[in-house]
Amino acid sequence: MTTRTTDVPPTPGDPRRSWLREHSELGVCVMLLALGVLVLTDALTMDVEITQRGPVGPKTVPVVVGIGLLVIAALLAVDVLRGGRGEAEGGEDIDLSEPADWRTVSLLAGVFLGAAVLIEPLGFPIAGALLFWGAAFTLGSRRFDRDPLIAAVLSLVTYAVFNNLLGVPLPGGPLMGVL
Amino acid sequence: MNAFNSLMDGFGTALTPVNLLWAALGVLLGTAIGVLPGIGPAMAVALLLPVTYGLEPIGAFIMFAGIYYGAMFGGSTTSILLNTPGESAAVVAAMEGNPMAKAGRGAQALAAAAIGHFAGGLIGTVLLVALAPTVADLAVDIGAPDYFAIMVLAFIAVTSVLGSSRIRGLASLLIGLTLGLVGLDQMTGQQRLTFGSLQLADGIDVVIVAVGLFAIGEALWVAAHLRRLPGEPIPVGRPWLGRDDLKRTWKSWLRGPLIGFPFGAIPAGGAEIPTFLSYATEKRLSKHKDDWGRGAIEGVAGPESAASASAAGTLVSMLTLGLPTTAVAAVMLAAFQQYGIQPGPLLFEREPDLVWGLIASLFVGMVLLLALNLPLAPVWAKLLRIPRPYLYAGILFFAAVGAYAVGGEVIDLVILLIIGLIGFGMRRYGLPVLPAVIGVILGPNAEQQLRRALQISDGSVSGLVDTPFSVTVYTVTALLLIWPLLGKLVTRVTRGTRGRAKA
Repeated sequence: MTTRTTDVPPTPGDPRRSWLREHSELGVCVMLLALGVLVLTDALTMDVEITQRGPVGPKTVPVVVGIGLLVIAALLAVDVLRGGRGEAEGGEDIDLSEPADWRTVSLLAGVFLGAAVLIEPLGFPIAGALLFWGAAFTLGSRRFDRDPLIAAVLSLVTYAVFNNLLGVPLPGGPLMGVL
Repeated sequence: MNAFNSLMDGFGTALTPVNLLWAALGVLLGTAIGVLPGIGPAMAVALLLPVTYGLEPIGAFIMFAGIYYGAMFGGSTTSILLNTPGESAAVVAAMEGNPMAKAGRGAQALAAAAIGHFAGGLIGTVLLVALAPTVADLAVDIGAPDYFAIMVLAFIAVTSVLGSSRIRGLASLLIGLTLGLVGLDQMTGQQRLTFGSLQLADGIDVVIVAVGLFAIGEALWVAAHLRRLPGEPIPVGRPWLGRDDLKRTWKSWLRGPLIGFPFGAIPAGGAEIPTFLSYATEKRLSKHKDDWGRGAIEGVAGPESAASASAAGTLVSMLTLGLPTTAVAAVMLAAFQQYGIQPGPLLFEREPDLVWGLIASLFVGMVLLLALNLPLAPVWAKLLRIPRPYLYAGILFFAAVGAYAVGGEVIDLVILLIIGLIGFGMRRYGLPVLPAVIGVILGPNAEQQLRRALQISDGSVSGLVDTPFSVTVYTVTALLLIWPLLGKLVTRVTRGTRGRAKA
């Protein structure tokens, strides 16, 4: 998923690049193909003689799925080259007339990963609040009085509901140790 | 009479204070989710799957069903006041409802929609009570080959009926099946696609896949294309209907369920087709043809009633056959699996308290929803003003909570993000999400049933088609597959003859 696959209007003068941009959906075919090869390799290298029970062993279904992936990758490639295009999904808050905002998406993914890393050392209440605030900030919210407060309350309440009411343990971290 | 007695027992379960509380919570959440843009009932139930770790099954399902019905009620509010329907089922409500709101008749449109949902849900649920035990009785002897046939039907139905491209639907299904393969083979303990990782040996939890595809994928996708200026909802007063409006709408409310319920029960894409069909029917039957396109109240009443009735129809196939026909039903099926309960014909025998309590709670929920939505619609409409950064940050936050609650592992959050990115790519390139989710949920189960069936028949493929039930299901599946081809053939033949006539 690189920036080259965005729906930026093709720049004149570089036909090969604009062709790729136009046919970026071929990337999906490549992914399906790679997935198919992966599934087939895994299935065919399985060592099953000892564990086989019944006429159909653990190999059969992965082989079928793997072949299916290869076939679909080819069919999709044909469809794309013939001019078929998958329709991007619409929605209430979605404006498809503008090019995709890759910066926001990658920043959001980064915030999410950051929170995942912090959840064990800092505990859920802090990491969760950082996740909410960070995501809201990335999406354009700049209310420095309100945003951290909402994040902290949401995170603490969620922690209490899961940890104490539902009995699903979440790491409290140093903060909960102090309180 | 038997069903009636069971239903009364069900009310005994549904009317306990705790379960009433879950029903109320469910319809409140559902209405809010329906009103809120960018978040649908399937995502909401997926985000709430972690509560299954701490809650009794009956409470969880009463809440989920409340969310499903509540989101239908709330969804029409968004369509009518904002004219940007997020869910396909709500598209039709905008067609006549939004012009009504613009003409200052928003209150009447909201009332027609809310009462329509109530009537549709009520009639649909009565039909569910009448039909479900019969279907379950008919299917009570089904074994491994039959279960496998139903799952094949589900796979084919979601890939070929939904969405515009079969190839993309199949690609999505195969992605789901692949994700379902990861982990130890249930029958032999053989490692598959684990690459020696201990974490992956447990498989990828359905919760993580559902939350990743529905919630993270959606939030990232919206973030990439966030509308700079969210639409302004049209201000509206308390919903009410005058005598003239009532005269125009009552027949539409009653006709809607007749169209909605059967379409909900078959795998045909949930409420989308029946709402359009109901719209077309109402338009044809209307005495006020001039109003259409400018705010005909029948065009709100009929389709909304059909939408709620289709939700009841969906529950028939989900509860009696374990066949999910919509995304919400698929996620609810995942919840059943979390509890180790297999929905299907035996569910009515094995878990009567659960099933009938759930069905009775639908009636309770419907009354609660009418009470919530008629007087409070203007309050709900305020939700449309929520700042979008908070909305999508909240979705990411709860997705993280849900995935972490599965096993308390950080690696699950990383897998969640990866699956979310897959969901993002699928939205970008028009791969429908539902087949992938169905593939993950039903895939492992289908494989087990297939192998069990072949074990019984000693490897002979005829073992898959040796019951009348499975033959029937395969016939239906084949019809689904051939249908579009037949359509093409017919147009080609007629075009050919026309061409010859010209020549």
